[in-house]
Amino acid sequence: MNRIKNAFKNKPIFMPYFPLGYPDLPTSIDVIEALAKNGADLIEVGLSFSDPLADGPVIQQATQVALEKGITVKKSLESVKELRNRGVTIPLILMGYFNPMLAYGLEKFIHDAREAGANGFIIPDLPLEEAEEFELALSGAVGEDEALPLIQMLAPTSPDERMESIARTAKGFIYLVSVTGVTGERREISDDLGELINRVRAHTSAPVCVGFGIGTPEQAAQVGALADGVIVGSACVKMIGSSKKPVETAKQFAAEFRGALR
Amino acid sequence: MSTTLLPHKFGPYGGQFVPETLMPALIELEREFVSARNDPAFNAEFDKLMASFVGRPTPLTYAKRLSEKLGGAQIYLKREDLAHTGAHKINNALGQALLVKRMGKKRIVAETGAGQHGVASATAAALLGLECVVYMGSVDIARQEPNVFRMKLLGAEVRPVESGTKTLKDAINEAIRDWVTNVRDTHYLLGSALGPHPYPTIVREFQSVIGREAREQMLMDAGRLPDTVIACVGGGSNAIGVFSGFVNDEAVELIGVEAGGSGIASGKHAARFGDATKARVGVIHGTRTYVLQDEDGQIAETHSVSAGLDYAAVGPEHAMLRDTERAFYTSATDEEALNAFQTLCHTEGIIPALESSHAIAEVIKKAPTMRKDQVILVNLSGRGDKDLNTVIKELGTSM
Repeated sequence: MNRIKNAFKNKPIFMPYFPLGYPDLPTSIDVIEALAKNGADLIEVGLSFSDPLADGPVIQQATQVALEKGITVKKSLESVKELRNRGVTIPLILMGYFNPMLAYGLEKFIHDAREAGANGFIIPDLPLEEAEEFELALSGAVGEDEALPLIQMLAPTSPDERMESIARTAKGFIYLVSVTGVTGERREISDDLGELINRVRAHTSAPVCVGFGIGTPEQAAQVGALADGVIVGSACVKMIGSSKKPVETAKQFAAEFRGALR
Repeated sequence: MSTTLLPHKFGPYGGQFVPETLMPALIELEREFVSARNDPAFNAEFDKLMASFVGRPTPLTYAKRLSEKLGGAQIYLKREDLAHTGAHKINNALGQALLVKRMGKKRIVAETGAGQHGVASATAAALLGLECVVYMGSVDIARQEPNVFRMKLLGAEVRPVESGTKTLKDAINEAIRDWVTNVRDTHYLLGSALGPHPYPTIVREFQSVIGREAREQMLMDAGRLPDTVIACVGGGSNAIGVFSGFVNDEAVELIGVEAGGSGIASGKHAARFGDATKARVGVIHGTRTYVLQDEDGQIAETHSVSAGLDYAAVGPEHAMLRDTERAFYTSATDEEALNAFQTLCHTEGIIPALESSHAIAEVIKKAPTMRKDQVILVNLSGRGDKDLNTVIKELGTSM
């Protein structure tokens, strides 16, 4: 928890997403290390799933490649450990769908993720209504105070009363989905984003981070003026995945977005 | 934590495992469904369409020659193949389309495997003046061509899905992605007793007309309830529809038939209850149920000669009925289904859908083990015209 809190000392923060195993496992570890050491404040480390229903084409394709090359939950957790061994100190949040975690065994998954050095979880198909089981597993072994956070998501469609009940119990930060839709770049940032962020802030003092649809440093700067954190997924995956020198590209990518947010 | 109006789980199964963006839509849908079911005007409109448009009640046919051939139980067919558009799918499609009108939405998206639900959705959309987009895996498009043309004729846009296994599961992924993007004016017209709450309940309720009619017709025609009710189970909407009429009649045995594909041992099948090595409780498409998956929780590829049964998960209420042993589940292979298909053609003059042929295959196994004074009711969920290309390919020159 403290690692996450520390990450928000200099806001807005830059939070790229990258899936382990893409374009292959060693490269993805190098890429995440490069992002971490060149400007990322927090990284969403992607766990792959065969049916990523909240994701657009870029992340679908990348996670599909990762699966074809043999990524598993176990290898993903080992890679998080490897990143810690390489001196990556920023928070690493595991982002993935629920079924592979269930298949691994929830208690074991949470235990092993913590041991590996992960700092929290984002699970797009686990809304508040279904979060209890995971929350119980999180606090089960270590108590509520020590539990890693399950980051809750809010969407433009969430009505006020729902925002309130989700935001009230928010841990770590709020992941605010900026558009109705799946992950992927959009031409423009919605004019209503400021209003949406204000609606969330009315209910919580937790940092509000915005994701979905942010593809350029300019857009990041635009969102960064309003939010506490800027999440960049598809653009990051696309740029690095299509590069002949992924690690170099990752360094540039992180530096560029970092620069745009200062 | 849940504050749903209706029970959102069936024992440990079901639930609402969807992105937050969709939660408000599910809450609205449930509210609208509850208010509609309590509204006599809505029910009257639904009943009227069922009668004047779908042609309900569908008949109950005594299968005399099939019964004689098998030499055991007397066999009755509930003729959902005679419903407009050729399958039971229209019951749910029209019911949900009426809800869409009530919610003031203008557009529906649907997934389809065999094409029957796509055709039913396109039909309901045409009837009620809604825009309709149907997602269909490109593998399924190839094997169910006639239905693709039918959907287009009815004014729907058919979008081929090239991701993943290019079958029903991927069509559902794409339909959900469309829905999450356009949720403010779009309804996802889910075709089976699957997905997040309230869908499994809504679909069962609209399909329960099958069971209500069949129970009444059995009492009228045979003078008694059946000993056994048999239906095929993909997601499980026709089965849950017919089962719902008999679930409180404890003496009536309920049997669901899954797709055994090339046989359980081959690994190429869609028998969620039949393969202990690959089927575990998991979460897919918003619901917790039995799912065919690998050790790492990745959803497995499935196989069946019938596109409508070719899916890795089973409706959550079936999972509960199975655990409580209120219903029993078995499977029929592609070969058994194709044989049953031909048997019904020859003995009764009825061309069944390949999906329904799985239920007939179980009848062929089960009837001879029963006495002549016993009765089997089988839900003939759809007609087989759509499958002729597949059957010609499978049977080749042997026909």
